[in-house]
Amino acid sequence: MTLTVTELTIHHGAICAISDVSFTVPKGQLTAVIGANGAGKTTLLRTLSGLNKSTHGTATWNEHNLLHSKPETIVRHGVSHVSEGKAVIPELSVVENLELGAIWRKNKKEAAESKASVIDIFPRLGERLNQRADTLSGGERQMLAIGRAIMSKPQLLLLDEPSLGLAPLIVEQIFQTIRDLTTSMGLTVVLVEQNAMGALKIADQGVVLNLGKVAVAGTAQSLIADPQVRAAYLGY
Amino acid sequence: MFQLLNTILIGITAGAIYSLMAISIVLVWRSTRVINFAQAGMALLSTYFGYEAMVHFNSFWIALPVAMVGGAGIAALIELVFMRLLVKRSSTGPMAAVAPIIATLGLLGLIKGIISSIWGGADVRLVGPVTNVGYSIGDKTLAFSPLKLLTLCTVVALMLLLTVLFQKSNIGLSLRASAYSPEIARLSGVKVDFVRTLGWSLAGAAGAVAGMFQTVNGNGAFSPESIEFALLLISGFIAAVIGGLESLVGAVVGGLVLGLVISFVLMYISSSLFFIAPFVILLIILFVRPQGILGVKAARRA
Amino acid sequence: MHKFKSSHHLGFFIIFGFILFLTGNRVDELRVYQGASIAVYVVAISSIILLTGYSGQVSLGHGALLAIGAYSAAVARNNFHAPVVLTFVIAVLAAALGGALLGAAAARLSGPYLAGTTLALAIGLPSLANQFPIFGGEQGVFFDVGFPPPSLGEGFTQYKWFFWIAGLAALISIWLVANILRSRYGRNWRAGRSNETAAALAGISVSRSKILAFTISAGVAGLAGALLSMTIGTVSPSAFPLALSFSLLTGAVLSGVSTLSGVMIGAVTLVAIPEIADAVATRIGVSERFTTNLPGLMVSTLLILTVLFVPNGPVEQHRTRQARKAAKEKN
Ligand SMILES: Nc1ncnc2c1ncn2[C@@H]1O[C@H](COP(=O)(O)OP(=O)(O)OP(=O)(O)O)[C@@H](O)[C@H]1O
Ligand SMILES: [Mg+2]
Repeated sequence: MTLTVTELTIHHGAICAISDVSFTVPKGQLTAVIGANGAGKTTLLRTLSGLNKSTHGTATWNEHNLLHSKPETIVRHGVSHVSEGKAVIPELSVVENLELGAIWRKNKKEAAESKASVIDIFPRLGERLNQRADTLSGGERQMLAIGRAIMSKPQLLLLDEPSLGLAPLIVEQIFQTIRDLTTSMGLTVVLVEQNAMGALKIADQGVVLNLGKVAVAGTAQSLIADPQVRAAYLGY
Repeated sequence: MFQLLNTILIGITAGAIYSLMAISIVLVWRSTRVINFAQAGMALLSTYFGYEAMVHFNSFWIALPVAMVGGAGIAALIELVFMRLLVKRSSTGPMAAVAPIIATLGLLGLIKGIISSIWGGADVRLVGPVTNVGYSIGDKTLAFSPLKLLTLCTVVALMLLLTVLFQKSNIGLSLRASAYSPEIARLSGVKVDFVRTLGWSLAGAAGAVAGMFQTVNGNGAFSPESIEFALLLISGFIAAVIGGLESLVGAVVGGLVLGLVISFVLMYISSSLFFIAPFVILLIILFVRPQGILGVKAARRA
Repeated sequence: MHKFKSSHHLGFFIIFGFILFLTGNRVDELRVYQGASIAVYVVAISSIILLTGYSGQVSLGHGALLAIGAYSAAVARNNFHAPVVLTFVIAVLAAALGGALLGAAAARLSGPYLAGTTLALAIGLPSLANQFPIFGGEQGVFFDVGFPPPSLGEGFTQYKWFFWIAGLAALISIWLVANILRSRYGRNWRAGRSNETAAALAGISVSRSKILAFTISAGVAGLAGALLSMTIGTVSPSAFPLALSFSLLTGAVLSGVSTLSGVMIGAVTLVAIPEIADAVATRIGVSERFTTNLPGLMVSTLLILTVLFVPNGPVEQHRTRQARKAAKEKN
């Protein structure tokens, strides 16, 4: 049960956003994907969840081919994607956003259990269940977006910049929660981040993308220790 | 006093039918962000289906579901073959905002032409399941009959049913999520394409009910060239806009406002202002609230 | 974008008018009448192109503006005995006034709301004729521009006279619209159409610019209305049904809403369709029921196909293809 990406190439029209990228994400591990603006991180995740089309290569999860499948099929294979920029539906209430995540699940009892556990993880959401999502603060919205993804009972969680636009203290909390989820629920996580240091600190593995190519990959500790990575991405 | 009561009763029943038409326009708007000017044409076509069923089975209670199923089918077909192509072909460029409006107008013309070719522009005559002779108070006859009561009850029941469906069921949640944010809906496992077709079908069925009741409540005649049809075409749309396009309750409020205004103008001012009244009321409401009575400003994004 | 300078345009129009003059004497009466109808449609369609294609506002109720022009021309002629030329001027002014009022409302409304408001107007306004006796109720009133001047000779029929007036009006209004579109106002409209916020930041008053577009478009529509009732001879509510508004819009879409130069395509198509339909129906010998509905079916089908496959009109399509070809040859 690993995520395996081989020789993946993705184009936006004439622009090549990802070229010949290969990596594996072992089960139960947290892999951070870092890189500068425009490195292709969002494009990579969107392709893994079926929103974008690829030009070449393969990506498999549990023997499921992730390329050439629709997002609504991929989520049924246990892959949840929290897209960039606090992916909630502002017009719906908090509880409706959560229930949306479980909408495809047949077993309603299990879905209710998922809801209870999300509220357990994010008590602030529990206090605001009937508010419209556009009344939430930025941090709360990010919690809701992650909560919605958990409601889909994922085994593989794809997170796109959960720290975007949040205060340092909140970022730390969110990162801690992500780490805890990985361990306690046995999730496999791909975490895309600008905040390289924060992400590598909680990650097991790291992949550094540069202009659509893998620049360095390895354990999180080895990347933190790598002088080149430190200079280019960690800023010291 | 008696005339006032009658005016109100007539207005409410007519308004109820406009509400249904408005509901179907709102359903389509909410599922695909398209104003479907062909909605009344689809309602008319469904009414002809109902008419055929009436001829064969001689029962309104068979004709009504036949019309509804027919309406839902036609709507689904249009969404599948026509709207998907439209969205794919002209969603960019200077015509992007105008193309769907014009395309559904073309559809309206096409449906009208097809109806006239098949049924020859003959009036549809339908007899309701109960009498349209008004209740009487003492020696006076009210402009409110068992048939009008049935119309009103049906509209209220349908509105409640749809509201519950939208607000409380998973189907409703899928419909709303797909309308507001198709991408997040798909990531959550909603089959958005299917849900859109479903939204159109619901609208088609609601429109069919409007058409059937318009026919039995009017003087029984309904055809592509009839005043009833023109009235249904604009009032459903105006009622939806008055209500703010987004909410089912708004559509019903809009329909009732419109029905009452038209009824009062007819009774107390002049019958020749009949068709201009909707325009005036629409202008007044849009001047005060450009987003309609129950419309909400766009949500805070990001 | 526009290759010709306006003086070239004028020369082009004079030559075009001369050709019309020559052919006008050689064809039968039906063709002359159709020519007059084409000219009327050219005026009406250019009014829609200006409004929808350039300023991005949808009007489903242009029939109402035509009606305003027609009725005011007829009233000026019948009740105040205005000379013919003046009646047309009055038609333009009256409709422009109506358009300014409508435009003031329209500037506040976006897409679907505006479409619905104009739709309601198209259905509502003509019925107002029943309210005031001066408009003659359902029967309507006469609108008679008089016989052609005797100096034009014996063979100069009434229809030819209509054709001449309408043709001249069409040339003038096309020329005017073309120049307005190329002026500062036209640029402002296009800027506002593609991005209101950016246009506002660039110092363009978007709502004033929209109202102006509505006013001018309505004035041109008023002229078309007066011309239309001239060819019919009367003005009545039934001459301005919703179907008229829709077929004008169809004409505009067929012409390519965003390019004025295609306007003849739409106008000719609208006039030709009934005849083509007739020919098709007799050829394949279908039932009468189908025959009467064939023109309507053809118009709607054309409209749908155009929106689906050449949404920006044949002229624009052709231009884009040429441009692409040119770019390829360069490489
Ligand atoms: N829809 C699109 N159309 C065209 N080009 C695109 C599109 N989306 C992304 N790109 C391009 O692909 C490249 C990679 O973009 P991507 O959004 O994947 O970067 P990113 O690593 O997520 O950046 P950031 O950290 O700023 O979010 C960029 O050059 C971008 O301009
Ligand atoms: Mg990104």
